[in-house]
Amino acid sequence: MYDVVIIGAGVTGCAIARELSRYKLNILVLEREEDVCCGTSKANSAIIHAGHDAAFGTLKAKMNVAGNAMMDELAKDLDFPFVRNGSLVLCFDEDQLPQLQELLERGRQNGVPGLRIVTGPEMKEIEPAISDEVKAFLFCPTGGIVCPFNMTVAYAENACENGVSFRFHTNVSDIRPLPDCDCWQILSDAGETFETRCIVNAAGVYADVFNNMVSSRKLTITPRRGEYQLLDKKAGSIVSHTIFQLPGKLGKGILVTPTVHGNLLVGPTAENLSDKEALNTTQAGLDEVMTKGRLSVPSLPSNLTITSFAGLRASEAGKDFVLGEAEDAPGFFNCAGIESPGLSSAPAIAVWLAGRISEKLQAPKKENFVKTRRGIPCVAQASPEQLKELLSLDPSYSNVICRCETVTEGEIVNAIRRPLGARSLDGIKRRTRAGMGRCQAGFCSPKVMEILERELSMNPLSVSKSGPGSELLTQTTRAPHTTSGGKQNETI
Amino acid sequence: MKRYDLIVIGGGPAGLAAAISAKKEGINEILILERDNELGGILNQCIHNGFGLHTFKEELTGPEYAARFIAQAEELEIPYKLQTMVLDISMSGEDKLVTAMNREDGLLRLTAKTVILAMGCRERPRGALNIPGFRPAGIYTAGTAQRLVNMDGYMPGKEVVILGSGDIGLIMARRMTLEGAKVKVVAELMPYSGGLQRNIVQCLEDFDIPLKLSHTVIDIHGKDRVTGITLAQVGPDKKPIPGTEEEIPCDTLLLSCGLIPENELSDKLGVALSGITSGPVVNESLETNIPGVFACGNVLHVHDLVDYVSEEAARAGQHAARYVQKLSGSAAEQSGAVSGKAAAASDEAAIPVLTEGGVRYTVPQMIRPSCMDDTLLLRFRVGSVFTDCVISAWLNDTCLVKMRKKKVAPGEMQQLMLKKADILAVLNPRNITIKIEEA
Repeated sequence: MYDVVIIGAGVTGCAIARELSRYKLNILVLEREEDVCCGTSKANSAIIHAGHDAAFGTLKAKMNVAGNAMMDELAKDLDFPFVRNGSLVLCFDEDQLPQLQELLERGRQNGVPGLRIVTGPEMKEIEPAISDEVKAFLFCPTGGIVCPFNMTVAYAENACENGVSFRFHTNVSDIRPLPDCDCWQILSDAGETFETRCIVNAAGVYADVFNNMVSSRKLTITPRRGEYQLLDKKAGSIVSHTIFQLPGKLGKGILVTPTVHGNLLVGPTAENLSDKEALNTTQAGLDEVMTKGRLSVPSLPSNLTITSFAGLRASEAGKDFVLGEAEDAPGFFNCAGIESPGLSSAPAIAVWLAGRISEKLQAPKKENFVKTRRGIPCVAQASPEQLKELLSLDPSYSNVICRCETVTEGEIVNAIRRPLGARSLDGIKRRTRAGMGRCQAGFCSPKVMEILERELSMNPLSVSKSGPGSELLTQTTRAPHTTSGGKQNETI
Repeated sequence: MKRYDLIVIGGGPAGLAAAISAKKEGINEILILERDNELGGILNQCIHNGFGLHTFKEELTGPEYAARFIAQAEELEIPYKLQTMVLDISMSGEDKLVTAMNREDGLLRLTAKTVILAMGCRERPRGALNIPGFRPAGIYTAGTAQRLVNMDGYMPGKEVVILGSGDIGLIMARRMTLEGAKVKVVAELMPYSGGLQRNIVQCLEDFDIPLKLSHTVIDIHGKDRVTGITLAQVGPDKKPIPGTEEEIPCDTLLLSCGLIPENELSDKLGVALSGITSGPVVNESLETNIPGVFACGNVLHVHDLVDYVSEEAARAGQHAARYVQKLSGSAAEQSGAVSGKAAAASDEAAIPVLTEGGVRYTVPQMIRPSCMDDTLLLRFRVGSVFTDCVISAWLNDTCLVKMRKKKVAPGEMQQLMLKKADILAVLNPRNITIKIEEA
């Protein structure tokens, strides 16, 4: 019997696991994929929003502003990249100035510090690359950018170190109340059962499915697809701030932002779909991203895209996050409708929900909670002194595997061996950036595959891109050793 | 700290030929830095034959061709370091400072009088092509697939579509077929192939593999592993023509859509790069804008035949050696006061080489006549297919050389031989122009 089972190992699920691991509780995270950070958490804008967008009083507004304020300390404690680069909301039309003013006031009401409207020549002093058509912008100094993969992995690893169990490849098929004990039984489609006092529903685009199994207050989550283009590091310094467009005639707008790793990210589109697996990009979407992005930054190059991707926002019909215990399902806690600003809000959501759950379960805090986690050493960013020290400890950090991002064997082995270690090319990529550069794994994938085989004693044919079904190789070229070959050997 | 005469970045065909020729030219302190675990570069995975027809007058496989150069380098006792990744090249006064890393030495900081850039090229990946669709396993660049099949002994798939008709794609169409895979189609965006004619015949036609020109992949299906692609015909604007879409079930998509010279190190060093070749802009000595930094092979411009790489790289090695010799000559004269300017042959203005008509680029892009050998091979590519054409080189209004060609195509590199005497004969040289005209 578990105290808490969390469904979903995205950023909110892992953050909740970490915050709950401060308490004396028996916690399990169930994830249908092979790794943490495989859904919406891996395909988004990687933005820590300032918090001016959501209407005052909403959970989105509260959690965003609170989450944003937690980021500096959290990034230090859990050792993941976070930069407070500041964000701008551009206004292209004099007629829209009142809306910009409204955004400023809403932000102030929400408690966002440092907001101000900038006009005139100062605009280009702050961000030289913006279009001449910009009439004014809202400057938000607390806006930031983060590595969503490492943030999620860091939360998960820290939770794991503090005693939380994780089960991957586990697809929840049913949730039933157990009679007479105020407990729940969770069934997986592989026939496993898990019993628990509380459930956290952090299942992203599928959170409505699980809520609707237990509650009469139905949720409807629409996957809203967002397509992005990621540009080469050569384009990474075109802008230094995260640049939004004021929603207007052209829709919600496309953002242009540097990433914490020095690339440039442009997107997302917004398209409501019915298929919760429709992670495909489209020509129309990719075109739209660049066309609209150029309204903000006319110099966006068309020939420096290194990859494009799509993510699905878990957009709930009520438009706000759905957080807390379902009224008619005691012990079932929702963490649903976590669309933007979900990444920014995850830290605050986790603390708030962990508080509610620990209170319900009357769980005392642990004395030995470890609040810090150290990431994988990063050769690309090490100073010569740090590098020398690292090489003297482990020479495998000198063997460069990914040439574009300068990721070494040491880092890849570390990513595999650490708690909740990587099991696939994508798992390694998210943890180390091997394969995330401009050649997009053309050079390093055979080498990373070899390291995975060796470290995990895997059959080469089982090495996958992202878990079972995505195996990279289909067969060997050489005929397997035959018995006649063996006999020949014997005669020798 | 040891001061090398020459550090060669890359131990593939270009780096080997450059180092060998520099050594033969008389300089001794040479070091080759190679990131892989053996010398030879990409040739090691090119197990098909057809290499060396020009250089050795015989048909060799890639590893055989490489072995000849490796043997020469060994014989000349040219030192090399394997599994060594160069992280940075920077200037330290007139010297070049090379930062590299390997298991044995850890972090290396090496000083050299000259550097030859011979890092080769990489393949254009799916992301850069921006093909829409899912992102499943089963999408490989042709060269990665070649490595998996030929070096690691694994097949990346059974039912294959190849996008792009570059030479590696054509070679892999045959290779995958020989290994039992079904290659369903090779699709090419352009109305002509980007590969050599002989490869189209020997790798596609001989195996009944269809080549669809003016076609491209507009969608990739499959959430975990590729299950198929959508192919469409494109119009003259290269945009898909509605109504021509065709779904082709497959488990693998190979990409052979162009090679990009790998100039990250060059760029960081401040080497001027050409927007067309993506390689350094060089003069007749294959020297970049940074004195003492030379470039050759696919890092300079993408070649069709390795024989040309070897020839070009040997010239780069020769010029690097002469640079070193001049440097020590002038150092002796000036009793130790080393000056890069003194080493540079002269301050004469270089004559720019311009292109006209269908000529896309030339290498070199500028010529200092006094630094020329008696003759100079000028290499270039055309932008589209020309039949019955005349290619000519002009200095101001004087025709230097003219040649007739039955057919030239973008996939095949062209060359013209310029004579030093012809160039010196023209007064007030302004620029050299390479033209192509259909007769």
